[in-house]
Order: sequence, then C-alpha cells, then structure tokens
Amino acid sequence: MKQGTGLSFNKILTKIGGISLFAFRFFRQVVSPPFEFKEAVKQTYEIGVRSFSLVAVVAIVMGAVLTMQSRPTMIKFGAEAFVPAMVAVSVLRELCPVIISVIVAGRVAAGIGAELGSMRVTEQIDAMEVAALNPFNYLVVTRVIACMIALPLLTIYGDVIAMIGSAIVQQVEAGMSFRLFYNTVMNSINFVDFVPGMLKTIIFGFIIGVVGCYEGFNSDGGTEGVGRSATDAVVISSLLILIMDMLVVKVTVLIFDVA
Amino acid sequence: MAEKKTLISVENISKSFGKLNVLNDISLEIHEGETLTVLGKSGSGKSVMLKLIVGLLEPDKGIISFDGVDLSLMSVKDLHAMRKQIGFLFQGGALFDSMSVGENLNFVLTAHTDMSLVDREARVVKALDLVGLKEKLDEMPSSLSGGQRKRAGLARSIVLQPKLILYDEPTTGLDPITAASIAELILSLQNQLGVASVVVTHDLPTAYTISDRTIVLDGGKKIYDGPVEGLRTANQSHLNEFLEAAELDRSRREKIIHTVL
Repeated sequence: MKQGTGLSFNKILTKIGGISLFAFRFFRQVVSPPFEFKEAVKQTYEIGVRSFSLVAVVAIVMGAVLTMQSRPTMIKFGAEAFVPAMVAVSVLRELCPVIISVIVAGRVAAGIGAELGSMRVTEQIDAMEVAALNPFNYLVVTRVIACMIALPLLTIYGDVIAMIGSAIVQQVEAGMSFRLFYNTVMNSINFVDFVPGMLKTIIFGFIIGVVGCYEGFNSDGGTEGVGRSATDAVVISSLLILIMDMLVVKVTVLIFDVA
Repeated sequence: MAEKKTLISVENISKSFGKLNVLNDISLEIHEGETLTVLGKSGSGKSVMLKLIVGLLEPDKGIISFDGVDLSLMSVKDLHAMRKQIGFLFQGGALFDSMSVGENLNFVLTAHTDMSLVDREARVVKALDLVGLKEKLDEMPSSLSGGQRKRAGLARSIVLQPKLILYDEPTTGLDPITAASIAELILSLQNQLGVASVVVTHDLPTAYTISDRTIVLDGGKKIYDGPVEGLRTANQSHLNEFLEAAELDRSRREKIIHTVL
C-alpha cells in the first residue's frame, strides 16, 4: 500500500491560497493605521541583531570553505589569480543572499511561527482582537517589515564576513596580503554583482515574515499545533526562498544583461 | 421601578462547527448592570456564546445586537468602538507574555485613550488595586500563579471602564479557596463599577454567589432562564442531572478541604 505523505494536494493548494491571501492582507494593512513603529523597530532588533553571531559563523565558514575548495582546481587551470574574484562574485551574487536567507529562515520563521502560535492557542491574539487592538498590524505587519529590513542588512554584513574568511585562507595558503586581496576583489566586482543579490533578500525577508506569521496566526491544535506551525514555517519559507531565487535570477539576467 | 435598558440582545442564534451543532436557536437578553451566569457542562456552547457576543465568531443564523445595533451590520470601526465598551476575561487570563502586568494594562490604554502618562499610570494602579495585584505591577505574566493571572486579566478587562464584562470560566482550574476569592472579586467589581456581567461557568457555587439571573445550556439548547434560586425547583431532568453532578463535585471538594485543613 502506498504510504501517505501527510500533505495532500488539496492541503497544499489550501496552504498556497491561504499564504497568498495573507500576503495580500499585509499589503492592505501596511498602509492602514495604527502604525506600530516602536514594535517594528523592536522586531528589527530581535530579528536582525540577534542573528549577527549565527550569520557571522555561517558567512566566515562559507567564504573560507569556498576558497579552500576552489583553489586546487583553479591552480590546475593556471587561474590561481582569479580565486578572489571568483569567490567574491559567487558570494555576493548568490551564496550569501540565499544561504543566509535560508539559515535566517530556520531561526526567524520558526521563532515567529512558534511565538504567534503560542499567542493563538493561549488566546492572546483573541484578547487583542476583543480589546480592539488590531493584532494583524501589531504582530504581523511589524514582523514582516522587520524581516524585509533585517535580511538585506544581514546579507551585507555576511558578504563582508565571508570575504574576510576568504582573505584569511588566501593569506594562509597563498601568502596573499589583505591589501592585495581587497584590491583584487574591488577591481573584479561591480554593481550587478552586489545590488541585485542584496535586493532579492528583501523578497526573501518578505517570504520569511509572511510564512512565519501565517503559520503562527493560523495555528491550532494546542502545543502540538504550535510545534507544527514552527516546522511548517521553516520548511515552506525555505522552499519558497529557493524557488523565488530561481525566478529572481532569471529576471536579474534579463534586466541587467548579466553574462 | 423602571425596566433596565437592554445592552445585548441575542435572537435565535445557531452556530455549528462542521457537523457539530454547538448552539441551536438560542435567544437571551443582557440588561445594564445585571449579572447573568451561563451554566452548562463542557462542550455545551457556553464559551462559543461569549465569542459570538463580542464578534470573534459569526453566528450561522440569528441576530446579535449591542445597544440596539446589529453586529453583522457594523463596520470595523463600529465593531472596535463596541469592543472598547466590553471587557473580556479569558480562561487563562490571556496576558501578553512579552509585557509586564502594568504594560499589559497600559498597552490597552495607550491604544484607546489620549490620557497623559501620569493619568495612565494612575488608572493602571487603580485597576490593579481593585483586583488586589498592585504590588505585581512590574512582574512578568510567567511569574504569576493561575489565580493571579486571571486577576491581572480582569484588571486589563476593566481598565477601559467597560459597560459589560464577559467572563469565560473565571474559576476553572483554580483551587476552591482561590475560586471563591475570584467569585467575591467579581461581586465586588459589580458593586463598585455597576457594570453588566456575563459569567460562563460550570461552577455552581460561583453561580449562587454572583448571579442576578442564570441560564443553563444543554446540547446547544437553553433549558433554563431565570433566577439562580429557581434552579432547584425547575424540576427538569437535564437540569437535575447537572445540579446533582455539581452538588456531588461540591461535596467532594468540601470533603477534601475538610481533610486537608
């Protein structure tokens, strides 16, 4: 007998529809008062600053490992001088935006899903509703905006750390000075290597925020439901980030004519 | 004596969740300043009734009006204006975890009033004083006991000085002594603030302590509507069953208290 996957086609469609309507509601509510600036700043701090150490570890390992892995092959083709440029372009265009977004999705989407899910099952969201406090603006709009602000900033921060990781490996393995590494990298990258990669993380931040909030806001089934919301938030947001990345790369290539 | 004004009017409402028919053609009225208890066993639709009254759920059939205005015809703005006049005490208190007790109350005041910080703080302290939690102003909800959380939730419900307070199982899950103190608190708030109250409970002693009027729900239907003293003489089989079970529970609890103390 065929084992059920636990996620029927019907459920997937319902989820896609639910998330789409939730995203639409975000765009409608983001321009409607009350505007919760203070809470948005607090959430940006929670999501952004508290991800600093995680992003730093991921980025430095990413930069270092990519350099270590690519150096032998590049040397074989007599292209050792191009290692900094190759690493820089790979990191700035693709690796840093996507890997950091997926890693942050693991931390932030799960956190938002579990937090709002707990608030739902303990009736705190209902309590906001009956106190006429507009929980959507206070809880959802602020978190989605915070993710959209934090992700590009974390990506820039990750870009820098990843290049430091690469520079350290180049220094240790090839004796390349930091100044030479810096000059080589700056001469080999331009606008299209950096800006589209950073801008697409705004979309990834939106995905993390909307999916995390959707799962938490619609959590049911007690504590088990809260766990499910957190897990689903990570799985769905990570998948959507990867799918969206493919589309954004295609559009970027068309707009900026990147070879 | 002039008849009291009707605050909430519920006319022939029915509500189902899937195939489960929770409320079936229920009608009732809540008047200004009156305390109505809604009795019934678990799953009889008592909490659903409260959520319908405050507009958290929509009825499948029937009309609910607040101050003569049909809820289903209200705009979002009107619904918010109505909710500001209603306090709601949830079963677990539903305090916002990320805020201290004082911030929980202040949050509601800041959103809905133009009061100065000093006035807001004074109002918060006054509300907490009424429920006997003045000293817990800066504590986080996680450090409060179950009874204290309900008291703090009650303080948040009364901070906007509502016309009506809805209590969802205010004594459930509490020891008999704390349950009795919550019932006393509801009564004293009633006397001091003069608000109307709807108290959903399956705790008969609480109902006897606080009720002006009682309704009993069973299987989604209203089987009794009248003074709490009339429950024993109503002589309906469903009602007797409920009363006997409640009395048994009460005598068991009294026996336990007697043994422990």
